[in-house]
Amino acid sequence: MSNDAAFVEFQRVQKSYDGEILVVKDLNLSMPKGEFLTMLGPSGSGKTTCLMMLAGFETATHGEIMLDGRPINNIPPHKRGIGMVFQNYALFPHMTVAENLAFPLEVRKIGKDEREEKVKRALDMVQMGAFGSRRPAQLSGGQQQRIALARALVFEPELVLMDEPLGALDKQLREHMQFEITRLAHELGITTVYVTHDQTEALTMSDRVAVFDDGRIQQLAPPDLLYEEPENSFVAQFIGENNTLEGVVKSIDGDSCVVALDDGSEIDAKPVNVTAAGERTKVSIRPERVEFNKDRLHADAHTLKATVKEFIYMGDVFRFRLSVAGNDDFIIKTRNAPDAVRLSPGQEVEIGWLAHDCRALDA
Amino acid sequence: MTDATQSGPMLAADGTPLKKSLARSLRRRKLRALALIAPLLLFVLLSFVIPIVSMLFRSVENGIVADTLPLTVVELKNWDAESGELPDEALYAAFTKDMVVAIDEKTHTRLGSRLNYEQTGMSSMFRRSGRQIKKLDPETDGPFKDRLIDIHDGWGDVETWRAIKTHAVPITNGYFLNAIDMRRTPEGAQAQPEDKQILIKLFGRTLMMSLIITASCILLAYPVSYILATLPMRVSNLLMILVLLPFWTSLLVRTSAWKVMLQQQGVINETLVWLGLVADDARLVIINNQFGTIIAMTHILLPFMILPMYSVMQTIPESYTRAAKSMGATNWTTFWRIYFPQSIPGIGAGSILVFILAIGYYITPEIVGGTKGVFISNRIAYHISSSLNWGLAAALGTILLAVVLLLYWCYDKIVGIDNVKLG
Repeated sequence: MSNDAAFVEFQRVQKSYDGEILVVKDLNLSMPKGEFLTMLGPSGSGKTTCLMMLAGFETATHGEIMLDGRPINNIPPHKRGIGMVFQNYALFPHMTVAENLAFPLEVRKIGKDEREEKVKRALDMVQMGAFGSRRPAQLSGGQQQRIALARALVFEPELVLMDEPLGALDKQLREHMQFEITRLAHELGITTVYVTHDQTEALTMSDRVAVFDDGRIQQLAPPDLLYEEPENSFVAQFIGENNTLEGVVKSIDGDSCVVALDDGSEIDAKPVNVTAAGERTKVSIRPERVEFNKDRLHADAHTLKATVKEFIYMGDVFRFRLSVAGNDDFIIKTRNAPDAVRLSPGQEVEIGWLAHDCRALDA
Repeated sequence: MTDATQSGPMLAADGTPLKKSLARSLRRRKLRALALIAPLLLFVLLSFVIPIVSMLFRSVENGIVADTLPLTVVELKNWDAESGELPDEALYAAFTKDMVVAIDEKTHTRLGSRLNYEQTGMSSMFRRSGRQIKKLDPETDGPFKDRLIDIHDGWGDVETWRAIKTHAVPITNGYFLNAIDMRRTPEGAQAQPEDKQILIKLFGRTLMMSLIITASCILLAYPVSYILATLPMRVSNLLMILVLLPFWTSLLVRTSAWKVMLQQQGVINETLVWLGLVADDARLVIINNQFGTIIAMTHILLPFMILPMYSVMQTIPESYTRAAKSMGATNWTTFWRIYFPQSIPGIGAGSILVFILAIGYYITPEIVGGTKGVFISNRIAYHISSSLNWGLAAALGTILLAVVLLLYWCYDKIVGIDNVKLG
């Protein structure tokens, strides 16, 4: 089996719990072996349902889920051989750490010596070798997380599912574990499906991110593309910080267009989801791509008048809140460089951007 | 921590020891807490603790002989009960004096009933003799030995005096000996005659049947609790009402309903006969015996098993079973290795509750138990209200309490009381 062939595949999958509302609508997804794919989305977007269907705890109402080329709709969870890490870790409280890890090996009827060997290796892998005889309740959250990870990996599954595994950890520990999970996944060559609602987590860990909303994948792309080239307004809003201005397309000329904003001013943008003049659009500009130094802009670029409302000092960056074309929450960010300009509230500036940084998306 | 390095106790800022200072600052709060619980404490003390303690004390208290016959008791000390001879004239004279006073105060019949527990016939002997002893003048009518024997043969029987002497002690173990099928004799504790040995058997039966009832409750309640705990909230609340419905019905009504169901002309027998499964002249005997008690009490105590089980099972997250299945465990392995061990605290709590309730149950065995299906509590009730042998009732109650506490202690040692959760 070549690396490019789909290892996990959702084919036109639909899911409804009550027969009235579709929680998952026509889901198509295919991922190759060894990929780290994150399902990202707000709660209720259907991402966890997808994960549970893959694990076998929910059945698809329609459509086919394939694992390694075989349809798995009728295979019960315990025969799928998929490792899983749960949000609350789900470590069995009445067993020691070592017993927890030995459990999946025991039910596979693996001999005692081999079992102990594997448990030891798995514990060492997550640097918890000394904790085998402890009970889960005697461990901190981060330690429990490591054990849960080791337990999902100890029986060497080819596919591991993780359901918001870092949700309960504090920020520092979370960042550390993000690194550790990706390292392990890549070292062991495991295919991973990771569910989270934390976009930073999704961007830093994944090979590809599937952004879910309203039961559909809104965009499936590597993190950089997702951030820099969102395909619709939802993705632009959901990933990272984003400025939105509304208006009507005035003219389209190949790779660029002119958008007339609602207050009459005009801006340059890159047409993404608009095809003809006269369509309503939401344009999206990342705060760090907005320029208020006129020298760095094209001579014929459109600019907007803006009033500085607030200056926020954040250490590594400056953050300004501006009032632009009727939008009082227009954010721009500049790096705290030696030559950085500090704008003060009340100051009037002219802002602009490169046309391809400003994306005209669906309204 | 510089404070920790100084020698001696920690001091507060003003130099008083920290502990004292802390105690002072907490005193107001403690007093307020005490004031808040005082009404209930007082109520419990007056209506529960004091009556129970005084009732338990009756199991050893035995002042009646010495109080009613003070002079006789003194004289009895000089009499050798082993000699086989009747006491001398002095004792008869003292007894007559005591009796005249007692008859005047009408306490002699009570003494008669008390001694009747130990030796049958005493009660009527005291009552009948009373009328004639009343006419005697203790100063002039002597000698009394022959006169008394004349009045009633019993006063000429050595056994009578031996019984009085044996039970003249103010604190006695007699009731406790009776409670375990023994009796107090001048020669020490001895076994009751065969035909009077029923109480130990009754204790054994009570324990055995309570265990059977607890076990059947576990078997019936476990699947129900599991369903309740796994169903969606809306449905499980509805079903919970069905579980609690019997709770809101009078205990007497429920027990009587079982009588209607189980008796020989009852619903079950009639149905079986109608279906032809049972011959009309061979109707099942399923009430007024142990079977009837077990059925009715299992039904009545079932909610006490379901509720703790349910509340424990509710706290077992689904992710545990899901995790086990994702690791390759079959449904049975998941249940047995993961779910069941975590539900044990619920079983423990329910079992303790049901067992302790069952062991002291009274109404249901009284109504459906007949003679074979009654519990020790029915015997206690009999001694309280019919035979009026409160001392024996108290002794039986004390033993029952001790057995429950002992079992509770054993349970704590084996399962651990920390493992008991009511929710």
